[in-house]
Order: sequence, then structure tokens, then C-alpha cells
Amino acid sequence: MTEIKFSARDVNVHYGDNHALKDVNVEIEDKTVTAFIGPSGCGKSTFLRCLNRMNDTIDICRVTGEITLDGEDIYHREVDPVQLRAKVGMVFQKPNPFPKSVYDNVAYGPRIHGLARTRADLDVIVEKSLRRGAIWDEVKDRLHEPGTGLSGGQQQRLCIARAIATEPEVLLMDEPCSALDPIATSQIEDLIDELRKNYSVVIVTHSMQQAARVSQRTAFFHLGHLVEFGETDQIFSTPHDPRTESYISGRIG
Amino acid sequence: MTAVLLAFVLVAAMAAFVIAQHRAQVVVGGDTAALHSRPSYHGFYSFLWVVLVGLGLVIVLTAVPNRAIDAMLMGRIAEALPDQPRIAHELVLSDAKALAAGTVASKTGDLRLAIAADFSRAAALWNWVRVIGVIGGVLAAAFLTHRAVTPERRARNRTERIVRVLLAAMATIAILTTIGIVLSLIFETLNFFGKIDWQIWKFLFGTTWSPLSGVQSGQLDADKVGAIPLFAGTLMITLIAMLVAVPIGLFAAIYLSDFASKRVRSVVKPMLEILAGIPTVVYGFFAAITVAPFLRGSGEAIGLSVASESALVAGIVMGIMIIPFISSLSDDVINAVPQSLRDGSYGLGATRAETIRQVILPAALPGIVSASLLGFSRAVGETMIVVMAAGQGANLTANPFEAVTTVTVQIVMLITGDTEAETAAGPAFTLGFTLFCVTLLMNVIAQRIVRRYREMYD
Amino acid sequence: MTEITSTGHYGSLLGDKATALGLRRRRNAERRLKAYGITAILLAGLALFALLGSVIWQAAGAVTEAYVTLPVELKADDIDPDATGDPKIILRGDFNGLTKDALKAAFPQVTGRSARRELYDVVSSGAAFELADHVAENPSLVGQTINFRFLASDITDLYLKGSFGALRPLPTAGRLTVALDGDEATLNSTEADFAGVLAVLKDQLVDDAKRLRVRAARQNNAVSVYETRIAEAADDDARAKSLAALERARTERDALLAEAERLEARAADTGAEDLDDEVRSVFVRAGGGWLKLTRLDASGAAAEVLAPPAGALADLAEWQLLTTDLPAAARKVSDTQIMVIEELRSGSAVDSVFNWRFFTAGDSREPELAGIWGATVGSFWTMLVTFLLAFPVGVAAAIYLEEFAPRNRFTDFIEININNLAAVPSIIFGLLGLAVVIGFFGVPRSAPLAGGMVMALMTLPTIIIAARATIAAVPPSIREAALGVGASQVQTTFHHVLPLAMPGILTGTIIGMARALGETAPLIMIGMVAFIVDIPTGITDSATVLPVQVYRWSDFPERAFEARTGAAICVLMIFLVLMNAVAIVLRRRFERRW
Repeated sequence: MTEIKFSARDVNVHYGDNHALKDVNVEIEDKTVTAFIGPSGCGKSTFLRCLNRMNDTIDICRVTGEITLDGEDIYHREVDPVQLRAKVGMVFQKPNPFPKSVYDNVAYGPRIHGLARTRADLDVIVEKSLRRGAIWDEVKDRLHEPGTGLSGGQQQRLCIARAIATEPEVLLMDEPCSALDPIATSQIEDLIDELRKNYSVVIVTHSMQQAARVSQRTAFFHLGHLVEFGETDQIFSTPHDPRTESYISGRIG
Repeated sequence: MTAVLLAFVLVAAMAAFVIAQHRAQVVVGGDTAALHSRPSYHGFYSFLWVVLVGLGLVIVLTAVPNRAIDAMLMGRIAEALPDQPRIAHELVLSDAKALAAGTVASKTGDLRLAIAADFSRAAALWNWVRVIGVIGGVLAAAFLTHRAVTPERRARNRTERIVRVLLAAMATIAILTTIGIVLSLIFETLNFFGKIDWQIWKFLFGTTWSPLSGVQSGQLDADKVGAIPLFAGTLMITLIAMLVAVPIGLFAAIYLSDFASKRVRSVVKPMLEILAGIPTVVYGFFAAITVAPFLRGSGEAIGLSVASESALVAGIVMGIMIIPFISSLSDDVINAVPQSLRDGSYGLGATRAETIRQVILPAALPGIVSASLLGFSRAVGETMIVVMAAGQGANLTANPFEAVTTVTVQIVMLITGDTEAETAAGPAFTLGFTLFCVTLLMNVIAQRIVRRYREMYD
Repeated sequence: MTEITSTGHYGSLLGDKATALGLRRRRNAERRLKAYGITAILLAGLALFALLGSVIWQAAGAVTEAYVTLPVELKADDIDPDATGDPKIILRGDFNGLTKDALKAAFPQVTGRSARRELYDVVSSGAAFELADHVAENPSLVGQTINFRFLASDITDLYLKGSFGALRPLPTAGRLTVALDGDEATLNSTEADFAGVLAVLKDQLVDDAKRLRVRAARQNNAVSVYETRIAEAADDDARAKSLAALERARTERDALLAEAERLEARAADTGAEDLDDEVRSVFVRAGGGWLKLTRLDASGAAAEVLAPPAGALADLAEWQLLTTDLPAAARKVSDTQIMVIEELRSGSAVDSVFNWRFFTAGDSREPELAGIWGATVGSFWTMLVTFLLAFPVGVAAAIYLEEFAPRNRFTDFIEININNLAAVPSIIFGLLGLAVVIGFFGVPRSAPLAGGMVMALMTLPTIIIAARATIAAVPPSIREAALGVGASQVQTTFHHVLPLAMPGILTGTIIGMARALGETAPLIMIGMVAFIVDIPTGITDSATVLPVQVYRWSDFPERAFEARTGAAICVLMIFLVLMNAVAIVLRRRFERRW
């Protein structure tokens, strides 16, 4: 039994008058890929953004309930979201490299968090992250060209490398492949499988095949409820809830 | 008289509308469905032609004879007074016109009375020509369009073609304005350079500016038209203004876009808009009556002597004027930085300050640079604040506590001064041309930067 | 709390957060940035507050105007000797003389040419015209003596409003005896009242000397600065420059010190004090007379008689000792005028009313007569011409560019032109107007027609840009619907698109017009800066406009014009606020979001 990273109890999220998430209870394990699936607008992305408090940047968003990371309440008054986000990295739906060089993109996190003492340290971190992001070979000769000049798949892997460079404990991925072609997608999926060795990965995905391919555990969200949560194999072969079954067999979605 | 003619044209056009519309109904015996175009289009077609012909004739027949009469009379005056300058001839002419109109003339005399009589005769003659010409033209237009009304006639298409041509003509007024500006400025500029024997470098790099001192017979002293003191003064005031406006405007924009709550925004944005809407003459008054004494007093308290008209006063107040300009443009570009970049930075655990400094500002930099350029060009061309607070003496100094003068101040001084218009116009228009070129260049650069910036994020 | 599993670099969220990541430092950086932003906004707000505050503060001085009521004898000989009762003849009468006679009659004690002139300056030079108008309207008054309210001059008005300081009473304890000798008088008090006055004056001298010494000390600082500079100067040129500056500072310092010493010596001298223009005036008001002290010692004083008291005064208990806040050299109002105004005030002959004149009169060289109605009407005509030219042309150009123009280089060129014109400095448009509108088309100078044409060219880009934006915002579905039922493109545009876009176009136009209303520089270029008393009646009359009026008045030396400038700005700003309010209402009520 692996260790529990995140544990959510009775989480409710409101956007203004809209009740987006209802009584979500879930436990996310370390060194595991956990997939959130469900139809559009079911709350899976919203929940993901609760895990590193990205919702804080939206004025009208209100979160209640308790989410703990390693047993500490991340919504505690004294928790600094900046520190939390350093521990819980995130990769977004659309590749969003900064308009800087490839090197500066990756070095951004280590720099602001003061992870490197010297330039050489930083070089090491950048190379290691780019290697782990499976993009080193493609960019090693153009480290000082703008990251925005890469292809979509490369950009997304650059963003993953950028997230890894801060050395987070958990990596959140919000539909990381939705803007990519099938080849780039399979590269990212391989990468996710690699990352599992060191991190707890939470991935939101639209594609059930992808969830089945990369994840060990799956959570199915529907209309703001967490309907079912369990081993990926079990969810896809013998779902307990009829709604999960309908979704997986393509009747709702 | 002109007003009466214009009114006549309008009435005639409306009459032509009614008549043509009626005829359209008559030619098909009331069965309007047999017409290609609705009767009102036949009327409108007639109306447009009458208005166009009438207006054109009024303008042409007013402008041409005025010039012709003036030229003829000037020739006669020149014959009578061959050894007097042109300005004296013009004075005689304006006196003669005043005498003819029965108002007060500066002088009277045989020549003036004779010219006045000639003027009255010629004016009366041309007046008849004008009236007859306009009436004739209008009637001809009405008659021709009226006769052309037939069931098959595509009056709507023809009317619409005229409307399109008119619309296009209106759009070209922007070009005509630019051409007018460039031509009028260039004409006087060349004139001026001719008067200083084409020693253009003396204008651009000379350090003594007093173009009108000791002017004889319109010939200017090339050693006294050095515009460097004006350029230096303009630059100093503008730089002070930018030192005030850019930090305040930029920090205000950053605060408003990334820190401020909705309520703060709803108070501060209108406040900045008010600042932007205040006329520059009010800023000038504020500079002269409040800021200048305040700065002189504060300067005295710490042992500095600040002149009552100084570059500092004008610069600070101009800076205040430009704050809203910089802040609203910067606010736009900062907001245009996509949310995904902010998310990316926050997602890595960056604070807001780090996100702004290292992600948003670099991304928005081109926009901010172009906003500053536009603000700079505004400041360079600003007139009232410097006229009221900067001073008029062209002294070359690097001390912001002293009075300096600017390009715009000198243009105003030259044009509103006592020197005859012909002599003063040369340096004034040349300065204007320089100003136009500089601001145009900066605007073009700024717009290009902005366009490239937009393309990056659209 | 459950056990803390400290992992990675980042510590635990609740445990050692203070040390982790240098978070305190980073949060401080954030706080600093936020503070810069707040400071910037506060500075901008402060500037706005100071600007509006100083304008309103200035304008407050023009809210009321003062009147002086005097009996005036309307002598038939001077007005209408033949008793025709014809207003035209009456208006030609010598009302100026009658006004002066009225003042002389009220203050017979004021004699001498310069004193008389000061007396006449208590009422406005325009008051005689108002008297003439009043009599012309009521010819039956000729031959009678009436009480007429004369408009006070700007000096009187400012004095009454306290702009030259107040007249302050000093304590009196003893009984006063005055020996009159023609224009001179000798005063004695049973107590040391005059010694007290002397002390007050000496204190003032000491204060003045102190101020001079402070200024001298500053010059001394400058002297030492230049001395070090000379010592460190790299070359002769710099040394010569500093030497000259040093010399200037030395001379200035020595002059200041000498002046300070002179004042101190004067203050230290315990003997008699001559009261001149440099010290505050001291008046004695007793027995209905006014005496101005000229020489003062501890025991008594010599005085000049401004208004003789009724007979000789001996052992008087009721008397006043008054002093001004400013010496005569530092105020526009003279001692005689103070006496006259104070006498009028105690006789309740002075009153202040709301300054309606300011809103109904044209321009004038006399501040108390000047009003802004002329400039307001001038602005109206100018804006009318601007609107009639710029609105149709601007809308037509916008329609063409948005609905009909093919996308080619020519229309691109038009577009670039419009964008650049919007940023051309306004003074360039003034030069354009001078060369083209006046020089080429021969439109009369100073006329609203010329001003309106220039403003129209200036406003055109704003209107075109705003109109294009709103026309472009009308969704294509509406055009398709109209075209689909067989309307032509022109019909579609004029029947459907334009009406929908009109509120937005009007909003843009009003904002452009508001900017034009506040514009000054181009109008100065085309001569709308002339002194024009008459209210313009059409677009070809000579006229001025509100902002130019502000500029002209701000340039006048009379202090009362400062208040009028402030008031004129307030009027201008009220018009601007109204126009913007209309624009906002239009936007809120009619503009649609598609």
C-alpha cells in the first residue's frame, strides 16, 4: 500500500451561484497516476485546480471542505499558496510556454524558488528536467531560442519539463494532450508513465482510452459528483455505478 | 447672399424631389409596380444632382471671382504705388474693401476710393454672374433628371452609385487633410530655408534662437535661427514628464490589472478618465498658479532657486496629464497578456510580484514601450501647458529649475506676435514641420510595435 | 494534526514555512510592488485633487460681487438740459462726472489729486454706464437725487473679501488727546498705548530681518559650494563658470545681510519710528475721523489726517487703534481706500450679491465687469460648425470604410492616415487652419467658422474611429437578413446597420466634441485669441471660446482675474461633464452588446 498524498473530505466548490462540486471525498496515492474522467463540465478540472489552489486566482470561486496534503490542510489560513504550488506542480490544457528562451522557461521555477546556487547548478537542473521531460534531444541545440517557436507537442513537453524543474511532489495535468496530435500524445503518455516513478500524477482527461492506458486509479465525475473511484481496471471492466457504465459505454458524455 | 443662394439650392432640390417622384408615378399611370425603381428613388436621384450642381456652383463661383478681383485690384495698386512693399498694397486693398462696405477704414484717399469703386463694380457684376449661374445650373440639373424619368430607368442603382461615390469622397478627406498639412508646412518651410540661403544645418544645429530680431526686408539672419535651444527645452520638459508619467502610469496599471478589487477599479478608472478629460489649458493654469509657487517655495526652503517659469513645473504638470494615457494603454496591454501565461507562472509557485515582473511585463513590454512612445509624442506636441508655465526665452541650459522654451511655445509666440505674418510664418511653419515629422515618426513606430504585439497574441 | 512528513525542498506547509523558499522575502517583494501601485494611484489622485481644489479655490473669489450704494444727484444740466426725456440724449450725458461727484460728496475730506483718484477707484469704471442705463430707462429721475448701487471696483471687492488681509484692532487702555494742525495731528494717550504699537512694529522689523538672514544663510551655503567647486575644478572653463556664480552668490548674500542689519538697527533703535511703506499701516479712528500714524515714539505719535474728526479731541475714552496685515507696498488697496471702504462698510453702504454678471457679460479689461457669456456663445457657434461638418463627413467615411470599401492599398492608406491624424499635435491643425482655411479659402480670422472648420478636421479621426468600431460591431447576421430579402447594400446599410450603430456613433461624436470644446492651441493659431467684447451673433463674427478665454485671463496681471479664470474653468468643466454624462447615458441606455 502506497502512502496517501492528497485526501479530500466533503469538498464543495461554488462559482458565484453555481454549485460546481458537491461533497467530493477522495484519496490520492503517491507514485501513482490517478485519472479524473467524466463529461464536460462535470467538475473534474475544477477539482484538480482545488488541489493546488489555482482557484484562488478567480474572485468568485469559493471552496469548502477539507483537502490535506501529507496530512496538512492546504486551505488552512496560514498556508501560503505559493509554497503549496511549489510542492504541487501543474501542466495546463494548452501549452503555455513563456515568451522566453527554452532555457529560461525551464529555469524560471528553480530561479524564483532559489533551488540553484550557481549557474552550473541551474544548467544541471535544466538539463535533467528537459531529459525527464523527454525533450532534451530535440532542444539541446536551441536552448536559447524562444520556447514559443517549438511545435505544439514539444511546447507541452517543455511545459512538463518546466513543471518538473521545480521538483514538485505532485504533478497535476489538466487535459495535457487535448491540443496535441496522436504522435505527440503518445510521447506525453510515455512520459507520464516514466514520471510515475518519482511523482504522484493526477491527470484530467477527456479520453477514456487515455485514462485506461496511463492511470492506475480512476475517478469518474458526473454533474459535480464524484460518482465512482477505484482501480482503473475495475472501473473500466466492472463499474459499480450505472452512470459510470453508461459513460464508459458511450451512452452519456 | 451666400446663405440665400444655399437656401435656394436646398429648396430647389426638395422641389425637384417632389416633381421627379410625381412624374415617376405619372409615367406608369399610377401602377408603380411597373417601375424598375420606386418613385422615391427617382425623386432622390433628382435631389442629389440638384444639390451637387448647386453646391458646386456656389463654391466655385464664390471662390474664383474673389481671387480674380483681388488679383486685378492688387495689380492696379501695384501700378499706382510701385515702390511700396506688398504688405502696404494689401493694406490699401483691405481699406478699399472696408470703404466699399461702408465700414471703418484705417485711412482714406483718392487711390483707396478709386479702388473701392472698382471693387464695388466688379463685385456687383460677379454677384449677378453668380446668382444667374447658380439658378441656371440648378434648373438645368432639375430639368435633365426630370426628363430622364422612365419606367425602365434604374434610378435606384444610379442613386446608390452617387451615394457610394459621395461616401468614398468623404473617406478621402482624411487623406486630403494629411496632404493639406504636409503641403502647407512644406511650402513655408522651403520658403524659410530659402531665406536663410539653404543653410539648413544652421537651423538644425545652431544654438542661438531669435529669428525675428533685426529682420530687414524679410531676409532672416541664418545665425539666429538655431533651433537647438528649442529642441533641448522640448526634450528636457518631455523627459521630466515621462519620468513622472511612466512610473506612476505603469504602476497604477499593474495595480489595477493584477491587484485591485473590483471596487477599487470602479473608483480609480473613472478618476484617471477625469484626469484624461481635463483640457490642457486647465493644466496650464494649475501649473502657473499652484505648482509653480509651490515648487518655488519648496525650492527656497531647501536652498534652491527655482524660476517661476521652469522646465520642472511644466514637465511635472505635463507628466500628470500623460499619466492616464500611459496607464490606460498599459492596462490594455497587460490585460491582453493571456491568462494561460499567468496560470503557468502561478502553477509553478510564483508569487504575483514574480509573475508580473518576470512573465507579464516582459510579455507586455512592446505594448508598454509603444504606450510610452505615444505619450512621448503627446508631450512633445503639447502646447498650452508649456506656453503658460515654461517660459519664452530660448536659453540653452541643462538646469531644470530654469525657464526653457519649446518648439510649440515658439510657434505660438511667432504666430501671435506683432511681427508681420509673412516673416513670422517661415520659422513657425518650419518648427511645425519638424514637430510633425518627429511625432509622425514616433506614432508610426508605436503603431508598428502594437500591431506586431497584437499578432503575437491574437 | 497528523504527523508531518517533511519532504523535498519545500518543507511542510504549516511547519517551517517561514524559512522555506525565502518566502518572507518573496512576500515582501510582493508587498512592495503592491505599495508602489497604491502610491502611484494615490499620487494620481492627489494630483487630481490638487488641480480641482486649486481651481475651485480660485473660483470661489468670483462667486459674489460687491456694490456701493451712494446718493447721486442727477443734475439735469449734465444729462438732459432741454428736458427731452429722450433715452439717446440721456445716454450721452456725463455720468462719469456724476459718479465722481457722488463720491466727492460722500467723502469731502478726501482732497488732493492722487487721493481723489484713489477715491474714484473705489467704484468700477463701468458703474457710470449702469447709472446711465438706469436713468435712460427712467427719464423721470433726471433732476432728482437718488440712492444708486454702484458696482465696486476689483480692488474694493478683493479688500472686502479679505484678499489684502484684515484690519486688526490693537488694544487701547488710555484716553486719547488729539491736537489738530491742518493735515497734521499730534496724538497722546494717557496710557502706554503707543508704546505697544511701537513694540508691534519693531517685532515685525525683527521678523523681516530674520527672514532676510535665512535667505542670506542659503546664499552663504551656495558660496561654500562654489568655493569647493573652484578648488576641485578640472579646467579653467569650469573654474571661470563657478567663479562667476560665486561672485553672484556673494553679492546677493552681502546685500541681504546689509538689508537685515539695517532693519535690525531700525528695530533696536528705541527712539521714534517713521512709518513708511515698508511697515504695516496704523490707523486711529476717533470721533468720526481717521488718522494715519506717520511717526511714533513711546509717548505719543504724529499722524496724517485722512478724514478730520468732528472738532478737537481731548481726553477721549472711546477710540480705536487699527493695523493692517500688510504694508502699503505689498497691497493694491491704498490707505485712503481702506478708510473709504471701512467708512462705507460701517455706514452699511456696501453689499455683496451673487455674481450673475459673470454669466451674462462679455469680456472686459476690468475684472469686475468681465463675464464669460461671450466666450460661451463663441464656443457654441464653433461647436455647431464642428458638429455640422465633422458628424456627416465622419459617419459617411466610416460607413464607406466599413461597408463598401474594397480591401486594397488605397483603403489601407486611408486607414493609416486616419490613425496618424488622430495623433498629430493639435497645434499643427492650427497651422493648417492658418494656411488653408484662412490663407487659401479666405475664411475671416477669429470667426467661429474658421475655428469650427479646424476643429472639425481635428475631431474627424476620433469620430471615424468610434463610428467604425460600432458599425463593425453590428453582427453580420443582420446584414445577411436584409440582403436576403432583396435589399441593396446601400439600403441594408442605411435602413439596418446605421440605425443600430447610431447610439454608439453619437457617443463617440460627443466624446470627440468634448475634446474639441477644451482645445485651445489651434484656435489661438487662427486668431480666436483677440479681445472681443461683443457677443457673437453668427459664425462669421469675431469670437473667442471658453478655453481661450481661460488662457487670456490667466495672463492678465490683475489679481481679480485669477478668480475669474478659476470660475471660467469651472464653467468649461461643467459643460464637459454634461457632455460626458450625456455620452454615458447614451451608452448605458441604447448601446447593445452583440
